[in-house]
Amino acid sequence: MGEPATPELLNLDDLRESGSGRTGRKHILSLLVENKPGVLARIAGLFARRGFNIDSLAVGPTDDATISRLTLTVDGATHPIDQVTKQLHKLINVIKIRDLEPDEAVARELALFKITVDGDSRAQIMQFAEIFRGKIVDVHKRSLTVEVTGNDDKIEAFEEMVRPFGLIEMVRTGEIAVSRGKGTT
Amino acid sequence: MRAVDAIMECLKAEGVEHVFGLPGGANLPTYDALYDAGLRHIQCRHEQGAGHAAEGYAKASGRVGVALATSGPGATNLVTAIADAVMDSVPTVFITGQVRTDLLGTDGFQEADVTGITLPIVKHSIMIRDPDEIPVAIHEAFHIARTGRPGPVLVDIPQDLSKADIKYEPVDTLDLPGYQPTTEGNAKQIKLAAKALANARRPVIYAGGGVVNANASKELVELCTSDRFPVTCTLMGLGAFPAPHEQWLGMLGMHGTRAANYSMDEADLIIAIGARFDDRITGKLSEFAPRAKFIHIDVDPAEISKNVAAHIPIVGDAKAILPKLTIEYRALKADSGRLDGWWQRIDGWREKYPLAYEDSADAEIKPQRMIEALYEVTGGDAIVTSDVGQHQMWTAQYFHFDGPRKWINSGGLGTMGFGLPAAMGAKVACPDANVVCVAGDGSVAMNIQELATCVTENIPIKVFIMNNGYLGMVRQWQELFWDRRYSSVDMGSSPDWVKLAEAYGATGLRAEDKGELTDVMKTAMETDGPVVCDVRVTPEENCYPMIPAGQAARDMVG
Repeated sequence: MGEPATPELLNLDDLRESGSGRTGRKHILSLLVENKPGVLARIAGLFARRGFNIDSLAVGPTDDATISRLTLTVDGATHPIDQVTKQLHKLINVIKIRDLEPDEAVARELALFKITVDGDSRAQIMQFAEIFRGKIVDVHKRSLTVEVTGNDDKIEAFEEMVRPFGLIEMVRTGEIAVSRGKGTT
Repeated sequence: MRAVDAIMECLKAEGVEHVFGLPGGANLPTYDALYDAGLRHIQCRHEQGAGHAAEGYAKASGRVGVALATSGPGATNLVTAIADAVMDSVPTVFITGQVRTDLLGTDGFQEADVTGITLPIVKHSIMIRDPDEIPVAIHEAFHIARTGRPGPVLVDIPQDLSKADIKYEPVDTLDLPGYQPTTEGNAKQIKLAAKALANARRPVIYAGGGVVNANASKELVELCTSDRFPVTCTLMGLGAFPAPHEQWLGMLGMHGTRAANYSMDEADLIIAIGARFDDRITGKLSEFAPRAKFIHIDVDPAEISKNVAAHIPIVGDAKAILPKLTIEYRALKADSGRLDGWWQRIDGWREKYPLAYEDSADAEIKPQRMIEALYEVTGGDAIVTSDVGQHQMWTAQYFHFDGPRKWINSGGLGTMGFGLPAAMGAKVACPDANVVCVAGDGSVAMNIQELATCVTENIPIKVFIMNNGYLGMVRQWQELFWDRRYSSVDMGSSPDWVKLAEAYGATGLRAEDKGELTDVMKTAMETDGPVVCDVRVTPEENCYPMIPAGQAARDMVG
């Protein structure tokens, strides 16, 4: 088999493409970035010009004042995540990117729901809020505001429950996430 | 020390000897510091010219090119050059003045948010907020511009901060936690690549501008000649492998040779080195090199599997990786005979489809002949810049570049008006080299004002205008794909280029007859000072061969 002069055989047909195409699932990207002016604009601009969509975005300080944490969720069904993270890495102010696997991370989002109420629905909504471990944070004679935390599935489930009553407004923070276990995210 | 004086110290510490630019209100302090800083400042006539000159300087020398501009229009005039530099990975630093901090955001006189405007087209940018940051920012800019995949870095400095008094200490360390380019290349991947090469029966080496940027031409030649690997280069890579070599297939892509494009089409293994599978290379992506597996070597990981999925990705600097790959390949002692059939096929194409054109029966100068004549007159011993269009493609085809950094053009952005200021920059960087600009009569007008800079600053470049009276490449497309509806491509009454050159204080020459062509060109090369040579060529000549946009290599015409 093969030529004697080529001792190490490799069938080129056995080579596989590297890099992911579409993964088909939601990705939570956790970024550490330098806390400098314009960093968010660079990231937003990068997504815009490369045609990537950000599903949600949350930004906040970390325990180090010079570094901020950005949590992005991106749809891996419509985006080559590999390309998204590599492009993000090219930004000088981006220090670290972690693509969190769903079962290796705890993800939470906070949402505020302002819902129309009347005499009958008030109690029902309060009951839903309790089931979802939500909190009533504002009460008005014609509305209730409920705070719910959880992953996006939970938030969306609550939204579905209360929408028929008359959802005046919903405000969501976007997911933040941390890896499970002792290691840092 | 004033911050601007510290900037001069930083520039000198970075080894800068030349800067290109134009003063204005917001960078008056910088120009005051420049007055006796001991750097040579080339005062350009337009900031775009300064920007392209900095690019030409960088491309010719490998050193970082520097351009200065004032705020507002000065800075926005740099935008095309910055975009050009990011597309072609040119190490450049742009330092712009900005309005005073108390005017920022108030639509002050000559205020433009240049960091905002350039955000998508820089490798990095730094807006100064505190004068004490300035020295570190300047050094960061140079470090980022020249390392990894090179590119443009902008530093925007408000006028009041540039005048501020700071405590200047030489900067010896930089802290860029988010910037650590990979250079070495993964050893296991390199081994695997060598093995793939040894088992390939129809390999092609496809090298791009990254090889030139990495100063890895010698290493490329070593790899290619470690066996009889066929080699093609992109427009940006020309010269990385010597064109006269027997393993050279010619340039690939839209106006590449059939031998190069057909080889890519039939290859079983393609080794891309410092190349990015641009659409002018691949044509129709779904039909690009359908039988090939890909080894992709690039210093920018984001290029790998961006357009074409790599089977063996290797991230790193070509200069570090190619010698290792060569050693690994040699160690395998592959049988060179396996390539015999492949070379027979390639030689068949070379024989059947050489680059050729039909010369005129009369005295008319064919544009291809013009480039051949230039090659003969210079003996290939020149740095050649070009604008963008037919003349650029003919130069790429008929000027046989035998070494790196001898071919300077705008590939990615395709910037008309690039050639003349780039030649100016190249000549400043390499004063002993012959520096020639091949321009079109359409594109040369776009930065012709820099002739004044060349005359004033005594930068003796030789500009050869391929004058066909048209925006030739657009005309060609209108002829071939738009039913010959010549919409706004006739240049009408262009200036008399000879008189224009003379008006600028340069020498003007003209060639209209193919019998006199080489003599006129010789005169141009031998005349002191800047020269503009108007070469009248066939008005409606098409550049062939050609892969029509969006089609496959197999669909080449002409």
